[in-house]
Amino acid sequence: MKGGFRTCPTTSLKVHRQADNLIKANAVVATVSLLVGGVAAILVLLTRWQAIHLLDAVWFYRLLTVHGMSMLIFFILFFEMAVLYFAGPVLLNSRVPAPRLAWGMFWLMVIGAVMVEWEMWAGRADVLFTSYVPLKASPWFYLGVILFAVGALFVVAIFFASLVVAKREKTYEGSMPLVTFGAATAAIIAVITLSHGAAIYIPTFLWSLDLMYVDPEVYRVVWWGLGHSAQQINVAAMVSIWYLLGAFTVGAVVINEKISRSAFVLYVLFISMASAHHLLVDPGMGPAWKIVNTSYFMYMAVLASMIHGFTVPAGIEVGQRLRGFRKGMFEWLRKAPWGDPGFSSLIFSVIIFGVVGGITGVTFGTEQINIIAHNTLRIPGHFHATVVGGTALAFMGVTYYVIPLIFRKKVAFWPLAKIQPYLFAGGMLLFSVAMTFAGTFGVPRRHWDISFSQALFDVQFSPAVNLVIAVMAIGGILAALGGGIYILITVWSVFLGKPMEGEVVYVD
Amino acid sequence: MHTGVEPPRGVWWKPAHGAEKVWVGLAFGWCLVLFAMMPLWHWKGGQNPSGIRHTVDPEAYRARTQEFIADYKIGEEENGIPIVKPPPGSDIYLLGQMWLWTPSLRLEKDVEYVLHLSSVDVNHGFSLYPVNINFMVVPGYDYGLRVKPTEAGDFRIICNEFCGVGHHMMVGRVVVEDGASADGGTDDGSEVRVAATREGER
Repeated sequence: MKGGFRTCPTTSLKVHRQADNLIKANAVVATVSLLVGGVAAILVLLTRWQAIHLLDAVWFYRLLTVHGMSMLIFFILFFEMAVLYFAGPVLLNSRVPAPRLAWGMFWLMVIGAVMVEWEMWAGRADVLFTSYVPLKASPWFYLGVILFAVGALFVVAIFFASLVVAKREKTYEGSMPLVTFGAATAAIIAVITLSHGAAIYIPTFLWSLDLMYVDPEVYRVVWWGLGHSAQQINVAAMVSIWYLLGAFTVGAVVINEKISRSAFVLYVLFISMASAHHLLVDPGMGPAWKIVNTSYFMYMAVLASMIHGFTVPAGIEVGQRLRGFRKGMFEWLRKAPWGDPGFSSLIFSVIIFGVVGGITGVTFGTEQINIIAHNTLRIPGHFHATVVGGTALAFMGVTYYVIPLIFRKKVAFWPLAKIQPYLFAGGMLLFSVAMTFAGTFGVPRRHWDISFSQALFDVQFSPAVNLVIAVMAIGGILAALGGGIYILITVWSVFLGKPMEGEVVYVD
Repeated sequence: MHTGVEPPRGVWWKPAHGAEKVWVGLAFGWCLVLFAMMPLWHWKGGQNPSGIRHTVDPEAYRARTQEFIADYKIGEEENGIPIVKPPPGSDIYLLGQMWLWTPSLRLEKDVEYVLHLSSVDVNHGFSLYPVNINFMVVPGYDYGLRVKPTEAGDFRIICNEFCGVGHHMMVGRVVVEDGASADGGTDDGSEVRVAATREGER
């Protein structure tokens, strides 16, 4: 397999040919997944907006399954694989160890993803993202998830190997950069997550073949070790990207390595247990278990996010002041590069994740508040703020740097790129807040018809619900437009865009 | 000063800046407050998700519910769901299945019952409307909640966990009657109260 390094003219980093290619491949598949999940998102949204009520019940639940799997699993994890190749080999000037294995695992993940998509679209897996047993999908669905997870686990192992290789071959001096450190914590959480995935999807696969029994409550406990921990990979990866974007856009500094790195370690130690907050109104576990896992463990992970919520903006301020924006309290903020989509994405990601997502999430993690929030629209209102407004937006922001630095292409439609984060963040903010409000009226999530026209008894929601749902729909449409522009820009830049100046030469 | 993409050289384990120390201190203090709130609320609060929890064979639960219906049935809803009026203070059994809740309940205000929830097929979600109280209903598990209706009215039970293609049709009914209790007006809570249960937990 061809090797060799090029020297990046912007960052002076030595970039391995296989790192370049693996990042490109993973980013392209991530974008395709985003497109599939996005199309499903619009159709689901236009169905929940009762004024339009587009899909029939079967296709609503089917596309809701597609939306969850394509976005939360395929888009996010393929992108995170690219992040690992960037934060490991690229930032450390190192080669990709075992490139053949890396490609094999990439294709295994693609095969797994295609199997899952195929089963979902064919209507053999209408079980939603959580696939709670005893709702049953075809064995191929579970097998696809298992193959995908195995591939991802190997990529994580290759990332760890790249850290060892870089250290041994002395490709950098000193300690690994903070962004690599953050990515390493994401990778550790990924191992925890994917182990839970294997522990639940392998028995469930056997159950779908009638070879064993899976208890519904045991499924819920172990599955959330996957389902929630997966979001913590996203958090650790997203925070790493915050530091990365800060560095690239305004030369943000790390104020204190000890504080920032310790905060990352808190994620590793505490976040997986926090998945208990999905089970607060379950019959399976007692109050002691619920309280220990959610109050003690979860709040220590919350502390980590609160720390990053301070150090990231503080690093940006100090970076800006070092660049000469020293007048008064806020010149650093006023003169920040608001037209750089990388920078605006970073700021909105911090705010939406931290304020909207963080506050709603912490409150739901309380046993008693969970009673009035569980499975209402407040829950998706919360995680669209964290995962979409936070993680996906940070990923979009970093894409505007991946295109010139890795794909060596100019970003197409630059004026559109400048406004894309504003459109996406504004839409998502409106969507999340409106959805949360709708949930406070008791409107259920994952529900085809809240007019209850076919139900056994009538249910009349407050008329305010119609208004809030309409606001949610408008927010969702704006966000979808922002997402569509993002896909247009990335696809156009990569396949039809103008190359950057200077020939790309890989030297052994 | 260096950025997050540059490897720090030498010893980077240095004392934090004052502002950072203050922030971490504040955040940690706030976490301790939250940490204390949940156990405190559990002991002092009036609405907790704990309860009497048992594993149960789904068919045995179905049989128990049918026995409960046979004992206290007072009629049928227009759609054929049996209406049950259990004696005050008794155990009541609610069964979730694709895609209905049985039976339809008639309860008395300000009387405590033990409400049992379980399913005979897949997971369901118990969501009491309009009070907005939500619990998971899992097959194989009997979730017994001590409930005391504090308000008379006509309530609905919406299923809020996806349970198959008829999920959105699954709605049940609970009517709370302002019964014989003459002093019913003193407790003026506007919610169905799920009493804290310290005893009887496993």
